[in-house]
Amino acid sequence: MTLDEFQESFWRDLWAPADGTARPPAGLAVYRNTALKGCVDALRSLYPAVHRLTGDAWMEAAALDFVRADPPAGGELQHYGERFPAFLDRALAGGDLPWLSAVARLDRLWSESHVAADAPVLGLRALMRIDADRLAAAQLAPHPAARWQWCAEWPAFSLWQAARGGAADPNPPHWNGQGALLCRPEGAVLALEIGASDAALLDACAAGQPLGAALDGVHARFPCFDPGASLGRLLQHGAFATLTETSP
Amino acid sequence: MTHALGAGLGFKPDFAEDALAACHAGLWFEVHPENYLVAGGPRLALLEAVRAVHPLSLHGVSASLGGPGPIDAGHLRRFAALADRLQPALISEHLAWSRFGGAYAPDLLPLPRSTEALHRVAANIGRLQDALRRRVAIENPSHYLRLAHDWDEVEFLHELVRRTGCGLLVDVNNVVVSAANIGLDATAWIDAIDGAAVMEVHIAGHRADADPASGLLIDSHDAPVASLVWTLLERLTARIGPRPTLLERDSELPPFAELIAERGRAQAVLDAVARAQEVPA
Repeated sequence: MTLDEFQESFWRDLWAPADGTARPPAGLAVYRNTALKGCVDALRSLYPAVHRLTGDAWMEAAALDFVRADPPAGGELQHYGERFPAFLDRALAGGDLPWLSAVARLDRLWSESHVAADAPVLGLRALMRIDADRLAAAQLAPHPAARWQWCAEWPAFSLWQAARGGAADPNPPHWNGQGALLCRPEGAVLALEIGASDAALLDACAAGQPLGAALDGVHARFPCFDPGASLGRLLQHGAFATLTETSP
Repeated sequence: MTHALGAGLGFKPDFAEDALAACHAGLWFEVHPENYLVAGGPRLALLEAVRAVHPLSLHGVSASLGGPGPIDAGHLRRFAALADRLQPALISEHLAWSRFGGAYAPDLLPLPRSTEALHRVAANIGRLQDALRRRVAIENPSHYLRLAHDWDEVEFLHELVRRTGCGLLVDVNNVVVSAANIGLDATAWIDAIDGAAVMEVHIAGHRADADPASGLLIDSHDAPVASLVWTLLERLTARIGPRPTLLERDSELPPFAELIAERGRAQAVLDAVARAQEVPA
């Protein structure tokens, strides 16, 4: 047997589902257990809110199904499981926890924010230094560690935050839509509840729109939008890294 | 004052504050680079804080030196960038494989030691050392399966040293676990290894497989170091001289003081040999 043939055969045996009839050689079972446990442990630590909301047995079963369908691409496991929320969407279709994948997306965004590049945070003062016309033409770039999500269907942020914090009462105060912003203003990842208009403003800035056009666009969609309050909230939370003035 | 590498500890963020404050002679820390191949953030910042006050070792687990094809180019580039940033005292990897067909298994899979495997691993060690621009220590893994080998493990490792200029990381616990699992002679293995090539030594705890029918020992890193591992560490150190020696503990972490005490025992082994080898002035 060539080395390639050995490895192809070993790899197939490693990921083969335990069918309950043929007992694998004891040594192979050790490799299989270690490999699967490494993947499942990674998903458990990357999706702590999902784990807490579903419990040990459900999480392990779901993680094992996911691992077999979508194994890691490399050893940098902090990036693994990007497609786990979408997998939960399909796995949970019609089930009791229709909001679980929205919570899983927040776990994922937290992990992305946690390992994103460092950069100084843009403060409110930087905006106050330039006049209104120039500010309207300038672009605000989101901070590399800023991640956000608007969830119209579920109070995903309250559900997620209660699960992450191990709250005694995991019930959200209201069953309305909720947005979330995750940033690292001072090192650690901090989470803030935001509204649909805040998320829309972040989307517009991320798309490279000048600030004036971005604010007008959000206002047209959300008549109650308060641009000053929204910008202040986002800046204070560390959502932006740079302000670039465009030449007239 | 330069800091000679004595007995080190696997670094865990759980005991970061204690690690930063620790001031034991010879202490250093080792991490898996994979956990720090990130763009930024608090995890990397914490490692940089540790590295500012203690020597650091990067112990790779996912290069897949024996896998089909060359080491993943992206992984190699990120690994080299991290090493440039941290300037670790030591870098090591494993004689194993873990990638196949674009997927990765978080385990050190067994390699039949053929001449074909020798060529493949040597080429990958060359790629790794070229990218990192330094000598890398290659570790003997734990064995759980009897495979058909053309090469003895020690001879295979020596041939890799000869062909690539790499060093060796002798994991004494892996030798003990493998001896029990596939019937090799642990003492003969330890006595045969070329001391001049040994850059680092690992010790760790193991336990019996949860499945009692298997009769296997598992390289679990979740228990104190076994007495046979201590005996073989003393034997190896007495023969080849003190080497940077790492206590690996990855789960069931005891209080930091207990880890430091166990690591102190390894330091005492190194110190005793160093004293015995001192040439009177």
